[in-house]
Amino acid sequence: MTALLQRLLGRLPLGWMQLTHNPGRLAAALAGVAFAQVLVFVQLGIMGSMNSSIIKSYDLFNADIMISAQDANTLTEGGNVARQWMFQALADPGVARGTGLFLSNARWEREGDQTTFQVYALQPEHLDFLSGDISRNARAIALPNVAIIDQQTRGLDPDLMAGIRPQSPLVTEVNGQQLAFANTFQGGVSFSADGYMVTSEQTFLRLFPARTSGAPNHILLKVAAGHQADAVVARLRAELPETLQIRTVADAASEDLRFQTTERPTGLIFGFGVVMGIIVGIVIVYQVLSSDVADHLREYATLKAVGYGPEYFLGVVFEEAVILAVLGFIPGLLISLGLYALLVALTGLPVAMTPALAIAVLLGSLAACTVSGAIATRKLNAAEPADLF
Amino acid sequence: MRNEPAIDVRHLNHWFGKGDAKKQALFDINLSVTAGSLTILMGPSGSGKTTLLTLVSCLREVQDGSVNLLGTELRGATVAQQVAMRRRVGFVFQAHNLHDSLTASENVRLGLEVQPEKRRRIDDRLAANHVLGLLGLDDRVDYRPGNLSGGQKQRVAIARALVGNPEIVFGDEPTAALDKESGRNVIKLLKRLGEVRGTTSLIVTHDNRVLDLADRIVTLEDGRLVSDEHR
Repeated sequence: MTALLQRLLGRLPLGWMQLTHNPGRLAAALAGVAFAQVLVFVQLGIMGSMNSSIIKSYDLFNADIMISAQDANTLTEGGNVARQWMFQALADPGVARGTGLFLSNARWEREGDQTTFQVYALQPEHLDFLSGDISRNARAIALPNVAIIDQQTRGLDPDLMAGIRPQSPLVTEVNGQQLAFANTFQGGVSFSADGYMVTSEQTFLRLFPARTSGAPNHILLKVAAGHQADAVVARLRAELPETLQIRTVADAASEDLRFQTTERPTGLIFGFGVVMGIIVGIVIVYQVLSSDVADHLREYATLKAVGYGPEYFLGVVFEEAVILAVLGFIPGLLISLGLYALLVALTGLPVAMTPALAIAVLLGSLAACTVSGAIATRKLNAAEPADLF
Repeated sequence: MRNEPAIDVRHLNHWFGKGDAKKQALFDINLSVTAGSLTILMGPSGSGKTTLLTLVSCLREVQDGSVNLLGTELRGATVAQQVAMRRRVGFVFQAHNLHDSLTASENVRLGLEVQPEKRRRIDDRLAANHVLGLLGLDDRVDYRPGNLSGGQKQRVAIARALVGNPEIVFGDEPTAALDKESGRNVIKLLKRLGEVRGTTSLIVTHDNRVLDLADRIVTLEDGRLVSDEHR
């Protein structure tokens, strides 16, 4: 390793040699760097799973345009939309079809346990507004008091889920109403619910008697062949009242994501956690590097006296910073992978390590370590050699 | 020995501290050191020897007066000029200041790596080991400082100062950690470098065992130059 670094740097790898000269101290430094990286990984992992679950909610649909109330910052929040606007939208030649989408949370209470479902409901003749897998499995909801549920629902017995078939539905009680689970689909756990449930508008209104059929949460539209969604959105905005939000489904998803990550406490807390992890990392690496500079001040001063310039010392400290960041990354990544697996097992949330995330954390660590290194050499570079002895 | 001065000091004054705590350490020093000579700087503790040495060796900024080193005025020199000048000189400190993580040979190589133009012509390791050999450390080249005696460490530090073939060698008590024979050998080596290569040496020392080897002995007291004995 020393020979390789020497070849790369074109000089003795003083930083590497100093770090490895004291293995105990190096191990402690790497543990500190790895700890900071684990902090950042966990925060980013949870934030990423929140983002995935937000986008996932929209992936359940197969629609082009969404009409929502003005205050609907997220899919599940905000007021309702009068169904009459759907009919007006259908008058536009660019709109092929439309349906009302009803949303709410329902609690399924069982002996000693309970599950919260995020319920999606629409008219059974509009099942093609659901994405492929769900659309195929949702035919049973045409019958009253029938729903299909998410196979990945948190906390449900896999054997129980495996037994749910149209021929052998699970009849139970939800929100005080009898309901039959007649099929399953691949959904996913979200932050606000344990899983998804899809049912008909008619069944939904029985589960939630306060709701009315004339006021769904959103209106979903499909664009007619030969028309562009953006152009149709622009026309509908001109034709429909300004009190409505008219967006493509993709735009609605990205605005929901932006709102939840930048204006919601949860998003801000995870973002803050990432910043804290980075600060902890900078402080740890700064401590290691500044102690190293302090411990070798006389040696560095001697080098300064024989003509080594500020760039050399910066180079040595950067060399140490990069080594700490890269070597600390290996245990940091392995521990984080273990923690991700634990989080998935405990919560079912889609906490996933992606190459992009791993590379981003590595690059962030390199940047943080470099900043720490630059700070650590300030005293050395500012002093006259004679003052350092 | 050449006649032109390698070091030329004119009306040099220096102060430490600020305001009421400001104290003058050097008073109107005038000194010209001929190239290739070996000059010993003596004086009691606090006389200003080390202050003068650090000023003329470009380790401290000149406040008042003039210091001309190898034809370059140090007063008002930029950082880049100071760094360039330091690469032309060698420095041996009282403390060896070796890197514990490097072998003797690697420590010496640090004195060479700073001079890229010289490195192109020679093999760093061979050059370092050659100088260590001149100082009697052939069998210690791969030892780390932790496994060397005090005298051996000091000789490694001397080798580090000499390996780049400096035009001037400055020393602050370089023989303090050495026995009589080793100390005299080091000073003899500096003297020989002066004769063969024209290397100038300016050494601060209290070591009476090496005084007879000096070409010149300059004495300071209370920040003033009180005697200047040419031999």
